[in-house]
Amino acid sequence: MSSNQHVSFEDSVPDNLKGLVADWSSDVQTFKVRWSKAMMWIFLVSDTFIFGSFLSAYMAVRLTTTVPWPNTSEVFALHVGGTDVPLLLIAIMTFILISSSGTMAMAVTSGYKKERVKTGVLILLTALGGVAFVGMQVFEWSKLIFEEGIRPWGNEFGAHQFGGFFFMITGFHGLHVSIGVVYLCIVAKRVFEGRYDRLNDYQMVEVAGLYWHFVDLVWIFIFAFFYLW
Amino acid sequence: MEQGANYEGQPIHEPTGWWSRYVFSQDHKIIALQYISVALAIGLTGMFLSLMMRMQLGFPGLFESIDAGSYYQDVTMHGMIMVIYLLTALFLGGFGNYLIPLMLGSRDMAFPFVNMLSFWVYFLSVIILVSSFFVESGPTGAGWTLYPPQSILEGTPGGDGAGIILMLASLAVFIIAFTMGGLNYITTVLQSRAKGMTLMRMPLIIWCIFLATFLGLLAFPALLVGAIMLIFDRVLETSFFMPEIFKGGEVLDYGGGSPVLFQHLFWFFGHPEVYIIALPAFGIISELISCHARKNIFGYNMMVWALIAIAGIAFIVWAHHMYVAGMNPYLGFFFATTTLIIAIPTAIKVYNWVITLWDANIKMTVPMLYCLAFLITFLIGGLTGLFLGNVAVDVPLSDTYFVVGHFHMVMAVSPVLALYGGLYHWYPSVTGRMLDDTLGQIHFWITFVGTYLIYFPMHYIGFLGVPRRYYSNDQYDFIPQSVNDLNQFITICALIVGAAQFILLYNFVVSLYKGKEAGPNPWGACTLEWQALESPPGHGNWGEKLPVVYRWPYDYGLPGATADFVPQNVPDEQIT
Repeated sequence: MSSNQHVSFEDSVPDNLKGLVADWSSDVQTFKVRWSKAMMWIFLVSDTFIFGSFLSAYMAVRLTTTVPWPNTSEVFALHVGGTDVPLLLIAIMTFILISSSGTMAMAVTSGYKKERVKTGVLILLTALGGVAFVGMQVFEWSKLIFEEGIRPWGNEFGAHQFGGFFFMITGFHGLHVSIGVVYLCIVAKRVFEGRYDRLNDYQMVEVAGLYWHFVDLVWIFIFAFFYLW
Repeated sequence: MEQGANYEGQPIHEPTGWWSRYVFSQDHKIIALQYISVALAIGLTGMFLSLMMRMQLGFPGLFESIDAGSYYQDVTMHGMIMVIYLLTALFLGGFGNYLIPLMLGSRDMAFPFVNMLSFWVYFLSVIILVSSFFVESGPTGAGWTLYPPQSILEGTPGGDGAGIILMLASLAVFIIAFTMGGLNYITTVLQSRAKGMTLMRMPLIIWCIFLATFLGLLAFPALLVGAIMLIFDRVLETSFFMPEIFKGGEVLDYGGGSPVLFQHLFWFFGHPEVYIIALPAFGIISELISCHARKNIFGYNMMVWALIAIAGIAFIVWAHHMYVAGMNPYLGFFFATTTLIIAIPTAIKVYNWVITLWDANIKMTVPMLYCLAFLITFLIGGLTGLFLGNVAVDVPLSDTYFVVGHFHMVMAVSPVLALYGGLYHWYPSVTGRMLDDTLGQIHFWITFVGTYLIYFPMHYIGFLGVPRRYYSNDQYDFIPQSVNDLNQFITICALIVGAAQFILLYNFVVSLYKGKEAGPNPWGACTLEWQALESPPGHGNWGEKLPVVYRWPYDYGLPGATADFVPQNVPDEQIT
């Protein structure tokens, strides 16, 4: 008298999809992960839409604005040794942020190996990369604001919207990095305290890693759309 | 710590005193009631604003306090309050919080603390919104869509003061609250169900709330971005949305921005928002119609897939709100096509509800009345939607009262009917007492007939070409006197319907003390929220042992069983 009226998909799908089907048709949990990890993934999908909206708006306005966009390789250039070197500062910033993703990945790995101190140190290194990135962003902002006179409401290089979009989007991203630094410090503290050893579960390190990798990935898009376009 | 709070044998956070039990509570049921109370309170404010508008339209000049400026402020605040602070909050924050853990057999939401924060941040957003009534020059009067450039320029009603800033700030805060709640709902639905509760055994309302939350998490970001950029345009004088503007012969400092961009951002949020409201209403109707017709829901699998289809297509129809905004005609063609396609899964749902009623043992309870009313109203609202989905028909009808009639039928009356049905249905679960049936019938008939008398004439007025949002229709030759008579009639009906809502509030309060004892399962429903040990369910919901689910949620009239329903947690062997 079972009232289970569902068609069995098991017979009609190829083997590699069976695991997927099994996950989604299971009871209690759809994904065999901690709740916080599931939540982080969902949050990141939502956050993707925030950055997506920002960047789409930026592209739309850049394509439709009546005044030409400023020459970015000129605006963002660093004056080093008598010549303007385009993309120098931003290349360093991007390199540091990507490297911090590397240390984060190592932290996650050593977390799963239960190497407490090594994990904590690697997380702190990652946070240090984040701090360096934000610090260089502060340098870049102050150079743009004080030396080149770029303001959110206008600049002398071209379209008004350049400053607005640049400060808004890189600022929003910088806010994400700053929050990430605080978040990583909290996780590092918990690692050193041995909380994850007691739980015998280092998945929270991976959850923080998810966020950090996401912030890095977003930066790649911002980098491409602002500095390379 | 947060992991496994729902698993057997693990302790859950216990309230320690009055404050942590009833005010800063982490119990999803209390949070749901907090959401419902605040949403209903702000909703009453929204209703009051709409009555002010109706007074002006029906009896122009009767109240001297309603001038053109305050009329537009009423329009704006009425729309915003009803769509976001009432319906979104009530369906997802209220019904979602109450039903998800109970219907899925969990002890609480996945993250109770975040859940509590979600309510308080929502409360803060309501406070910010209400505070805009008290600033100099009042709340913004830019229309609920807040289109720039007009919305942030001085000279717009309420535009001189902080009204628009408070509006946008309140929206941003609301989005933060929604995100915290929404992450909870989705994580709970995916990761914390009872044993035996597969996704395809979830009650349809949980599917609906789940998908509506997903829509919200993906759609609200666009509104957040739009709000942030609009605040910058106003405060920092950036020109994201602002083209070059002459005002009183002077050039403003703006230039080069795109006002249509804001419309895209707004409606990329705004259209999914329609379904954020409609899907929970669909869910409530699915539950109620099956339970009160004593028959299993027809086509459960198709219902779920139709919901998923609606949720997906909801993201590619937004520009049908913008046909008159100066869009590329080919783009209009694309969006008209997707708009009409979304009628297919919606029609699947309506047909399935109707077939569920076929040959059923229909109990004419108050919730059932609301279901039937919803079906008719949603059908009518949907049919006028076909007119507006087509570019060529929309262009003359857009910005007339036809649109007002259409979206109030489909997006105001329909969800509110479902909402009331849900309140009558689940009130016994919350309080342990039944709502009074006679008062319920009176409230239902006045509301149902009254809303038709209000919104049907608006379609006709719209066909005559009367523009919406106009403060006064007096000075236009093409508007016949009959329109003014009709407007008077509508206003009188609106006043009666508005007054009738207090019957519901009275019923709520009186039944709390004098209502009939409901017992554990007054409607004979199969879903888990009626199978808790205590009625109403206590903290932790299930006592010692979590429920185990053996069947789908609509086993009404199972052959071989003596009762006409078999709850989800009854195994086959125990059916008598």
